[in-house]
Amino acid sequence: MNEQAIRENLFAALRGIAPELTPDEIVADQPLRDQVDLDSMDFLNFLIRLHERLGVDVPEADYGKLVTLTDFVAYLQARLR
Amino acid sequence: MIEFRLPSLGSEMDEGKLIQWKVKPGDPVKKGDVVAVVDTSKAAIDVEIWDEGILYELVLEPGETVPVGTVIARLLEPGETPGHAEEEKRKRAADAKPLSAPVPIVGVAAAEPPPAAAGARIRVSPAARHRAQVLGIDIAAVPGSGPEGAILIEDVEKVAASRAEPKDRDAEMRRTIAAAMARSKREIPHYYLATSIPLVRASRWLAARNEGRPIAQRMLLAVLLLKAVALALRKHSQLNGFYQEGAFRPGPGIHLGVAISIRQGGLIAPAIRDADAKSLDELMRQLADLVARARAYTLRSSELSDPTITVTNLGDQGVELVQGVIYPPQVALVGFGKVTERPWVENGALVVAPVVTAALSADHRVSDGHGGAAFLDEIARLLQEPERL
Repeated sequence: MNEQAIRENLFAALRGIAPELTPDEIVADQPLRDQVDLDSMDFLNFLIRLHERLGVDVPEADYGKLVTLTDFVAYLQARLR
Repeated sequence: MIEFRLPSLGSEMDEGKLIQWKVKPGDPVKKGDVVAVVDTSKAAIDVEIWDEGILYELVLEPGETVPVGTVIARLLEPGETPGHAEEEKRKRAADAKPLSAPVPIVGVAAAEPPPAAAGARIRVSPAARHRAQVLGIDIAAVPGSGPEGAILIEDVEKVAASRAEPKDRDAEMRRTIAAAMARSKREIPHYYLATSIPLVRASRWLAARNEGRPIAQRMLLAVLLLKAVALALRKHSQLNGFYQEGAFRPGPGIHLGVAISIRQGGLIAPAIRDADAKSLDELMRQLADLVARARAYTLRSSELSDPTITVTNLGDQGVELVQGVIYPPQVALVGFGKVTERPWVENGALVVAPVVTAALSADHRVSDGHGGAAFLDEIARLLQEPERL
């Protein structure tokens, strides 16, 4: 899956949690949870939605690697390869 | 005959606007059935009934706003005839004469008759026209979906629904919160305590439990905190209940009000009932469900009036300490801050441990610092044995 498609899936999953969100509101290299105001329940729901869309189950041990949108894109690219 | 009154919808939410009936005359109803959807300042609420019987008549029309406690429907008791109900109704009306019957406080203003459309004649069903009048909708502005563009009752409902949503819920919610919190600070002599609780065991236990489970079955640390609070309340019942009419009334169960922030602003704290008796998995399911429904504005009336204590978890927002304002008539609130890695001394050795600050706000009319301290201590102790939660 190419980077653009991954980004679109990320936004779609995020918008399920934060319907008011527009893609250009997110700065790719800053912490995602602060920008979108995701609490731990939101974050879990976001990962559940990502899993539904892309089939990638992010283990809890990997949460620490996933801070920014850029992190997510790189992580998902590697997992989907 | 049973009179069904608009139930309490939580502190300072003293009126509701009927959006929709979910039942009609002749329907059998039983305890816990959702019979109506009512809009409050905070959310659209599914109103449950607490009696069993046959629905006899609906007193309230959709669109009307009435105070909590107003009769909104009447039921036939098992075996009762409509004739008997009518007689009973007359008797009660006569008895109630000296007092004025509850009157809708924001009754729908009689809608102006639709302006005679110049030229084009609007096709509209009589039911739709009546509905539009009740809802105060200009029938001429409703797009029709019937034959030859006729306006049907569904079309009117659609316009009403789209109009009802974007109303200024933010401002109303802010007013409701302001009223409840001002009352709290005016009436409740708060005292505050806080303690740091190491979560080495709890987080290790949780990581092991979550490892290898599908993502949808993962549990949040918040669930362990909720369960520990619920269990500690079994021993500290003076923190669980209500202060009403000058006296403490213990809660009928341990119903944790879980503070949930609404994305658009404001918060709501619906109940997880009997949280002390629920398994962690069950609590997680209920928490996920409550958060989703609170954000979608679909909670049940009992969920808003039931909480016997509130728990707030602001740790996700990064603060370490929450000294909350008690939600009257409750008598305590427990706040959890952010879980942070801190140096911690355990058995004489210095370790790095995840630590959370638990804080208690409690009503000094009902409990004292001594009891409050023992309660926080009990929560800390319970969290050291996560496998037993």
